[in-house]
Amino acid sequence: MSEAITHNGIGHAAHHADYLEDPKGLWSWLTTLDHKRIGLMYLWSVLTFFLAGGIFALLIRLELLTPKQTIMTAEQYNRVFTLHGTIMVFLVIIPAIPAALGNFVLPLLLGAKDVAFPRLNLASLYVYWTGALMALSTLLLGGVDTGWTFYTPYSTTTGGGVTMMVLAAFTLGFSSIFTGVNFITTIHKLRAPGMGWFEMPLFCWGMYSTALIQVLATPVLGITLLLLVMERVLGVGIFDPQLGGDPVLFQHFFWFYSHPAVYIMILPGMAVISEIIPTFSKKTIFGYKAIAFSSVAIALLGFLVWAHHMFVAGMSLFAGAIFSFLTFFIAIPSAIKVFNWIATMWRGSISLEAPMLYAMAFLLIFTIGGLTGLFLAALSTDVHLHDTYFVVSHFHYVMAGTSLFALLAGIHYWWPKMFGRMYSNKLAPLACALVFIGFNATFLPQFVLGSRGMPRRYYNYLPQFQDLHVASTVGSWILAAGLFLAAAYLLASFRGPKNAPANPWGGRTLEWETTSPPTTHNFEGQPVLQHGPYDYRANPAPVGVHEHSH
Amino acid sequence: MNWFRDYLLPRGGATHAGDVDGLFMFIIYLTIFFFFFNGALIFYAVKRWRRRSDREVTPHITHDTRLELIWSFIPLVVVMLVFFWGFKGYVRAWVAPNDSIEIVATGKKWVWQFEYPDGTRTLNDLHVPVNKPVKLVLHSEDVIHSFYVPGFRLKRDAIPGRYTELWFTATEPGVQQVFCAEYCGKGHSDMLARIFVDTPEQYETFLREGDEQVRKMPLKDLGQLVYENKGCATCHSLDGTRGQGPSWKGIWGKVHTGTDGKQYTVDANYIRQSILQPQAVVVQGFEPIMPTFQGLLREREISGLIEFIKSQE
Ligand code: HEC
Ligand SMILES: [Cu+2]
Repeated sequence: MSEAITHNGIGHAAHHADYLEDPKGLWSWLTTLDHKRIGLMYLWSVLTFFLAGGIFALLIRLELLTPKQTIMTAEQYNRVFTLHGTIMVFLVIIPAIPAALGNFVLPLLLGAKDVAFPRLNLASLYVYWTGALMALSTLLLGGVDTGWTFYTPYSTTTGGGVTMMVLAAFTLGFSSIFTGVNFITTIHKLRAPGMGWFEMPLFCWGMYSTALIQVLATPVLGITLLLLVMERVLGVGIFDPQLGGDPVLFQHFFWFYSHPAVYIMILPGMAVISEIIPTFSKKTIFGYKAIAFSSVAIALLGFLVWAHHMFVAGMSLFAGAIFSFLTFFIAIPSAIKVFNWIATMWRGSISLEAPMLYAMAFLLIFTIGGLTGLFLAALSTDVHLHDTYFVVSHFHYVMAGTSLFALLAGIHYWWPKMFGRMYSNKLAPLACALVFIGFNATFLPQFVLGSRGMPRRYYNYLPQFQDLHVASTVGSWILAAGLFLAAAYLLASFRGPKNAPANPWGGRTLEWETTSPPTTHNFEGQPVLQHGPYDYRANPAPVGVHEHSH
Repeated sequence: MNWFRDYLLPRGGATHAGDVDGLFMFIIYLTIFFFFFNGALIFYAVKRWRRRSDREVTPHITHDTRLELIWSFIPLVVVMLVFFWGFKGYVRAWVAPNDSIEIVATGKKWVWQFEYPDGTRTLNDLHVPVNKPVKLVLHSEDVIHSFYVPGFRLKRDAIPGRYTELWFTATEPGVQQVFCAEYCGKGHSDMLARIFVDTPEQYETFLREGDEQVRKMPLKDLGQLVYENKGCATCHSLDGTRGQGPSWKGIWGKVHTGTDGKQYTVDANYIRQSILQPQAVVVQGFEPIMPTFQGLLREREISGLIEFIKSQE
C-alpha cells in the first residue's frame, strides 16, 4: 500500500453533520443521491411490505387451522396466498439485502463515497415504488389468483388483475437490474486504493454474484412476462394450447429466471453471514477464496438447473437426469460455505452479541434448508414430494428463513452504523429464540404434511392433516411474537441518544473506521486499505482514515 | 425404525413405493445427522471458545487445503450416491410394461374422468386390478392439473394439448387417495379422486356391470349417461331435429317404415335390434351408417337406453 494514494481527502470534513441530519427535510430525502439514504428508504419500504406479506401469511395459517372454511372463502384464500408470495418474493426478499443493506454498506465496505451511478440508484428506488403501487393496485382490480408463479394457461384465462400484477413484476425487475448494474460497476471501479479483489470483504463477493444474476436473468423474466401480457391482452398464442401455444414453455422461461432468483435471495444472506462470523469470532475468515468462489459458483450453476422444478411436467428421461445431476452440484459450494463458517468460529474468541445469535440461527436454518433440497433434487423422491407442503417448507427454509435471519443479523450488525444508536441487548436473545422456535414450529410440521401427501395451495384439506396444520399455525404466532419483540427493542433505540461508537463490535472492515453514523461522504478523505478485511493479528498496522498527513 | 417411516410416509401401495421410501429415509437420516453434527460443532465452539476478555488473541488461520478438500469431497460422494439412487427409481417408474392396462385420465376443472379400454367411463373413481400393471394416459381439457397418488409415490401433470404418462402396479387391494397437485383455481383442493384397487373378481364385476355408482343408477339415468357418453348423441337428437339418424323425440310406440317397405313398431325388441344389428332394418330416408354396438354395451345399459327412449315424449 503506497503512501502516495492516501492524500486526497477533503480537509474541512469535520464540519459535516451525519448523513441522517444533513441536509434535513423530506424533500432532501426524496431527491437524495446518497446511497445510505437510498438504502434506508429501501429498508423501510421492504420492512413495510414484510409486515404486509407477513399479515397475509398469518391469515393463510389461520384459514388452515380447520380443514374446511375458517375465516375466508376459497376465492379469497387463493388471492391471499398469491399476494403473500408475490409481495414476499418481489417486494421483500429480492430487494431486502442487496437494495437495502447492500446499498448502505457496499460503498462503505469498499471505502467509496457512493455507488458508481447514484442517480440510477435513486431511479431504482422510484421504479421499485412504482412497481409496488402497481402490485397493490391489483387489489382494486379484483385481485389475482394465479400464485406468484403465474403458470399458464391458468394465468392467461383467469379473471382479475393478472395483467397489472405481471406488469408490476416486470417493473420491479428493472429496479433489480438497476441495482445489479450499479453494484457490478461499483465493485469494479470504486474499491479503495490497495484493495485488490481478494482484499474485498466477502459481502462484496456475495453482492457481485447476486448482481450477476440480477443482470443476466431478470431480462428473461421481463420478456416472459411481456409475452404473457401479449397473450392475455392481444390473444397472441404463445403459451395457451387453445391458441396454438405451449404451456410448458412458460415454465421453462419462468424458472430460467426464477431458479437463479432463488440465489438472488440466498447469496446476499450468505454475504452478511460472512461478515458477522469473523467479527464476533475475532478471527480471520477461514477459506476466504473458497467462500468467494463458491458464491460465484452458486450464481453460475444456478443458471443450469431450472428444469428441476418440472420433473413431473412430462420432460424426457434424459433431460430429467441432466437437470437432477447438475442440481446436486449446488450442494458442494453450499456445504463448503457452512464448513468454512464453522471453521472460522473454531479457536476463535466468540462473543454472543445479537448479530452473532441471528447468524448462528442462520447456519442451522440453512443446514436444514440445504439438506432437504436433496429430496427434491433426487428424481424418484421429487416425484412424490413435488408440489406438496414439503416443497413449501423447503423453500421457506432456504429463501424465507435464511433471508429473514440474515436480514435480522445484518440489521442488528449495522444498526449502530446506520442510526448511531445501540439497541437493548437484553431482549435480543429472547427475540432471536422466539423467531427461531417459531420458524421451526411453523415449518417442520409442513415437511411431514408434505411427505404424507398434502398438496400445496389447498384451501380445504382432509381431516387427517389437521394436527400438523394446527401445530404450524401456532408456530406462526410464536414467529410473529418474536418479530414484534425485535421490532420493539430496535425502534425503542430511537428514544436514546446517538451514542454508538464508530466500531462497537471490533470489526476490521472499512465501514467501522468512519463515524457512526457516517457523514454524507462516508469517510473524511480517501481511506486506504492497511490490512485485509478480517485481519485480527496482534498489533496490526495502524488503520483507518487518513486526513492530510502533511 | 419402521415406525418413523410410517410416521413420515403414507402406507406404500405400489411396487416402486419401497424404492422411493428407501431413498427418502436415507436422506432423512442424512439430514438429521448433519443437522446435529453442525449443531454440535457450533455448540462446542461456543462453549469452548466463548470470549472471556477483549484482549484475547486468536490464531490467524486462513485456510487448510487438505481439510477443505475433505469437506468438499465427502458431500460430493454423498450427493452422487443420492443422484444415482433417485435416478434408478425414476427410470424404473418410466417405461410401462407392454401388457399394461391402458386407461385415459382426463383432468378438467375440477374432476377426473377415466376411460377404460372397453369404453367404460367413470368419474373421480378409478378401478384397477391388483398386481397388474396399469398405464394412465393423462391430459387436460383446460388448465394444467397434476395427478398425484401419495400411496403410490407417483405424480404427473395433466397438460392441455399433450399427453403424459404414468404407470404403476398396485400391490394391495383397498382405496388410494388421489389429489390434484397443480394449482388450478377455486376448486383445486376439492379435485379429489379415489383409486379402487380391486381383487381380480371385483375388477371382473366392475367391467361387466360398471362401478357401484353405475350399478345403483336408475335405468333411465343410465340410459341418458350412455346416450351422452357412447356417441348416440352425435347422430340422434332429443328435440325432433333431424340429424344423421332419426330424432328420438316421441318415437316410442310409433310405426316406422324400413327401406324394405315393411312396417315396424318401435318397441323394446326393435330398439334392441337397432342397437345390436343396425343394418337389419334401416329406416326409410336414412343412410345405413349406424355402427353396431354389439359387444360394446352392457345388458343393463341397453335396458337403460330403452327406458330412456321410452321417456322421450
Ligand atoms: C353415426 C351415426 C349414428 C350413431 C353414432 C348412432 N346411430 Fe342410431 N341410427 C343412425 C341412423 C342413420 C339410423 C337410421 C338408419 C338405421 O335404422 O340404421 C339410426 C337408427 C337408430 C334407431 C332406430 C330409430 C328409429 O327411429 O327407428 C335406434 C333405436 C338407434 N339408432 C339407436 C342408437 C343408439 C342407442 C346409439 C348409441 C349407442 C346410436 N343409435 C348411435 C345413426 C347413428
Ligand atoms: Cu387441478
